[in-house]
Amino acid sequence: MNFHAALRNGTKSVFLRVEEAFDAPFGGQDNPLRHLGAMGLYLLWIVVGSGLYLYTVLDTGIDAVYDSIGMLSHEQWYLGGVLRSLHRYASDAFMLAMMLHLVREWSYGRYYGFRLYSWMTGVPLIWLAYIAGIGGYWIVWDQLAQVSATATTELLDWLPIFSEPSARNFMSPDAISDRFFTVLVFIHLGVPLLLILGLWAHVHRIGHVDYLPTRRVMLATAATLTLLALFRPALSNPPANLAIVPGDLAFDWFILFIHPLTDLTSPAVVWSLLFALTALLFALPLLPHASAQPVAVVDPANCTGCDRCHADCPYAAISMAPHPGRPGFKLAVVDPDLCASCGICAGSCPSSTPFRRRETLITGIDMPQLPVDTLRQQLEQALARFAGGTRIVVFSCARGADARGLAAADTAVIDLICTGMLPPSFVEYALRGGADGVVVTACRDGGCDFRLGERWTSERLLGEREPHLRHSVPPSRLQLLLCSAHDHSALATAVAEFRNRIETLGVANDRLPSYLRRAPNHA
Amino acid sequence: MLKPAAIVGQVILYGAFAAFIGYFATSPTYHQIADDVALIKLSISHLGDRECRQRTPEELAKMPPNMRAPKDCPRERSDIKLEVDLDGEPLVRTVMHPTGLYKDGVSTVYRRFEVKAGSHQLTVRMDDNLVKPGFDYVKNEQITLAPRQVMVIDFNPDRGGLFFK
Repeated sequence: MNFHAALRNGTKSVFLRVEEAFDAPFGGQDNPLRHLGAMGLYLLWIVVGSGLYLYTVLDTGIDAVYDSIGMLSHEQWYLGGVLRSLHRYASDAFMLAMMLHLVREWSYGRYYGFRLYSWMTGVPLIWLAYIAGIGGYWIVWDQLAQVSATATTELLDWLPIFSEPSARNFMSPDAISDRFFTVLVFIHLGVPLLLILGLWAHVHRIGHVDYLPTRRVMLATAATLTLLALFRPALSNPPANLAIVPGDLAFDWFILFIHPLTDLTSPAVVWSLLFALTALLFALPLLPHASAQPVAVVDPANCTGCDRCHADCPYAAISMAPHPGRPGFKLAVVDPDLCASCGICAGSCPSSTPFRRRETLITGIDMPQLPVDTLRQQLEQALARFAGGTRIVVFSCARGADARGLAAADTAVIDLICTGMLPPSFVEYALRGGADGVVVTACRDGGCDFRLGERWTSERLLGEREPHLRHSVPPSRLQLLLCSAHDHSALATAVAEFRNRIETLGVANDRLPSYLRRAPNHA
Repeated sequence: MLKPAAIVGQVILYGAFAAFIGYFATSPTYHQIADDVALIKLSISHLGDRECRQRTPEELAKMPPNMRAPKDCPRERSDIKLEVDLDGEPLVRTVMHPTGLYKDGVSTVYRRFEVKAGSHQLTVRMDDNLVKPGFDYVKNEQITLAPRQVMVIDFNPDRGGLFFK
């Protein structure tokens, strides 16, 4: 394993552990770490909303800009002051969420293949976010703004951009004019607009995007930041005076850390670092990584054009086109560049039912590396091999808890690319083929490597999403377990408890009639 | 419905989040320079002189009447030589080159120096035409810098050349 892979795996392990620890109080859907992108967007909307109010009261005159912002904190603390503080703290939280999102996606290996576009479009957004953030601090025109403006222009002047040093604009108090703040406000509005446009591009090739976290998380986050704004309101430093170097300054390390870094090193070091990091982020997809898996394949003869794969694909890789052979019908079309090879489409296809009597089960959309027919063969062979008392079939996710160690004479384990590729009818097929119970393991709530596998599986098994598990299947014989890769022992315990429940609860009379696909007549 | 333990856990974690954001949004404080130090900013932007040549009467006679300028001034500007001494010790020795593809733009310099607050002897010499010997502009002054004061060395021909502010 090379250094990069080792570093990535180590970081991923840390993230996984912390996310799983957070699952206890939050649950999967409310776990902020599992929805960092949505958290970032939500924080950005707080920044935009509070910023609109600040814009309405801002006086861009050189003498008035400082007072107009200070007035919010001192004379209108209950509204303007709170909104100003929210603007600052939500900006800081946005930076934090953005950087955590970046590191998390890298550690999970989400920067190449079908995720290449999202990765590449995400990198420039970091620059835009920092440009907007640093520019925002200048508008206050306090001593922190003075330090930031001077330091930023000195940093920019190291690059061969301007014919005259831009730092000359901040040489003396009389060097600044009213128009400076007018331009600054337009930049501070324009760059975030570009950021929002970039965010649209960043997510537009993903299906079922979480644009916002859950209502509970939004309320809790807004309440937390509001309380912070009330107890520790954001205040200006003393007004800017270009004739002196400011002394001790309350400093925003989330956004302005680059200035102390420049003072500590040099503009050459900082630019080298910034350009090298940006180049590295762009070049990451070129580093060695796991080879791409075969993408989903559509069989026109078996595709009914029902649209379910199109609706369920987490990456918007499937579109519907007119069926070439059946006028009036549609046909699923897979975009290989977007396909994640998760198999969720195969699980959504109504043609994937194992009850079809054909010797070879060809479905409408399938995964070449694990066709539904192979899945049926594996299940039938496992059912035929069963020996022992309580026979349990475990359909497990290859990305979640490793269930292979549970395989025994009375326990069959069938690994799936993602649990979302399991057609619910396989559960009924297993029960009618001789299994006493079926366990379906998926990743933890909100923790699916393919985003929606565990969600679609839950909804399909609960009858809330098509294709749904038939209501005739007794719930007592089905157990859905949400387990991460670290939950092996919890999975073993849960399967043992499930087996015990089946054995002790006296549910033998709820057995489904057996079904033998090859028999001419079946019960 | 959330369990009480989950609510307590969430309150603790949201509180930790607020504390983290609230602390690093303002703390630790940043101190750019030491309290007993002042800043000298050397910032000059100036067009170097052009090395013009007097045209001979023969040359002028060959030119169209409306273009008979007595001097032939090339587009290029001269480099500018700059020296700064602080308390007799050399602080800067540099030659500023004109900007632009044809070297017809301004020559600029921007540097900042941290010096101990107090009284200093500051000497600046500038030569904007390197063909001619010697420095065209010289300013030598005793300066007193207060702690954290910013003093700028600039050049403006309308203000008599080099000046401190």
